[in-house]
Amino acid sequence: MNAQTVRRWMDAAAASMRAQRDYLTQLDAAIGDADHGTNMDRGFTAVTQKLDGLEATPGRLLTTAGSTLVATVGGASGPLWGKALLRAGRALGEAEEFQTKELADALEAALAGVVELGAAKEGDKTMVDALAPAVRALRQQVAAGAPVSRAAAAAHAACEQGMRATVPMQASKGRASYLGERSIGHQDPGATSTALILGALAATVAKES
Amino acid sequence: MAIAVSVKKFLNNPEDVVKESLQGVGAAHADLVSIDLENKLVLRKDAPVSGKVALISGGGSGHEPLHGGFVGKGMLDAACAGDVFTSPVPDQMLAATKAVDGGAGVIHVVKNYTGDVMNFQLAAELAADEGIQVESVVTNDDVAVEDSTWTAGRRGVGVTVLLEKIAGAKAEAGGSLAEVTAIARKVNANGRSFGVALTSCATPASGTPTFDLGPDEMEFGVGIHGEPGRRREKLKSAAEIVEEMTDAIVTDLAPASGSNVLAFVNGLGGTPLIELYLIYNELTKQLAKHGLKATRSLVGNYITSLEMAGASITLLTLDDELTSLWDAPVHTPALRWGV
Repeated sequence: MNAQTVRRWMDAAAASMRAQRDYLTQLDAAIGDADHGTNMDRGFTAVTQKLDGLEATPGRLLTTAGSTLVATVGGASGPLWGKALLRAGRALGEAEEFQTKELADALEAALAGVVELGAAKEGDKTMVDALAPAVRALRQQVAAGAPVSRAAAAAHAACEQGMRATVPMQASKGRASYLGERSIGHQDPGATSTALILGALAATVAKES
Repeated sequence: MAIAVSVKKFLNNPEDVVKESLQGVGAAHADLVSIDLENKLVLRKDAPVSGKVALISGGGSGHEPLHGGFVGKGMLDAACAGDVFTSPVPDQMLAATKAVDGGAGVIHVVKNYTGDVMNFQLAAELAADEGIQVESVVTNDDVAVEDSTWTAGRRGVGVTVLLEKIAGAKAEAGGSLAEVTAIARKVNANGRSFGVALTSCATPASGTPTFDLGPDEMEFGVGIHGEPGRRREKLKSAAEIVEEMTDAIVTDLAPASGSNVLAFVNGLGGTPLIELYLIYNELTKQLAKHGLKATRSLVGNYITSLEMAGASITLLTLDDELTSLWDAPVHTPALRWGV
């Protein structure tokens, strides 16, 4: 995997956000203020524009994506995804190419950044409930020596499972937490957009294999 | 769940709502403010005011006149406008901070929402990197959020308006950064709020209400971002509603009997003044019941949620210092007296 992989991943993520914008808005209307779809679409569109024609290492592309998200998304998602991609990019360092193991390191760093900033733990009904299982699945695949396309698919599957697991949870973080018990029975929008981002990664990597 | 009824609005392209509205503010109040359209800022016309502590705030659009309508003499030096119900981004707050820094420090007034807090925090770090001294004051006056340790914390609502006025007056009077910060924190500590909605609101982007209330229902303990409230109940009389709201506020605030208060009845955007004054009338009776005296009042739409029908009550206990700062001259698009 290399810079082109990252570029394609971000493009695929942007396409997902655009396609699922109304769905994310609907989820966010139920337990939030109905702006998640618009915000993520705006942010990832800005990312693809920013990365277009930018000659840089994979790491630098990710940190640039992160700072672009902070500057455009707004809300809590901006700083959270900004920090996630900033940490992921830093983890990749100056390397021109990276393997599954480095990808796992990067996503693990992303998760650590999100947890540090947002102080959410699994069970709080946030993006962490989708990202943490994805990171664990990726680690397992690396340990088993799996090829990258299988590893990324497994991470995506675990991510989606985590996303669905947010449905019965009561929110303790973010805007949904004001609803108390009324947040139960609704899938978390942040976990949903996380699954879209991991899905974009899996699709990109599968195409390249 | 959002229902599929489209709400009529005055707009052209939904994506341009914030920018076009800001341009309108700048045109209507050209004597008081200037607009930085690229950064979506409302700036005090004579900023930076040299030697004065500057106050900036900001948040999602959709709460007008908060915060842009409070920019001017005696209140805010700048306001940053995010997308509707979305916090602004750090670059906006940094640009605002730099534009109004008069060399005596800058206060960031931050409403307690996860997004606002995170983005303002990042901005404060960026400002510090550039050598500007920033103090952050967070408002968290909403008593409707119970068990706040298991949530994102209490929301910042009505007291934010009162804080911006009172701390703004202290800054205008030449208070130091420490003094103005202390006054701001004192206001937050002595004010509590509670909101009730009779309808939802609809964002320009979606065009549909974020939640639907039956014809005989109300959202008890509602916030200002169109999210549902804590409880949904059958609509009661204004007397009953105001009694419950006031009890919740007074129980939490626990003012000494005989205290003077500022009684603030705020419209959430879609409730007419005739009803807001009716609510104030009920509030007067409740205050008497609790042995409190409203020595100052504010009634109107000051911190709204688009076209949500509803109202919030804020009570702030007053002493001589806070009273005289409240009375001090102010000249902004939304609040003007003494000039």
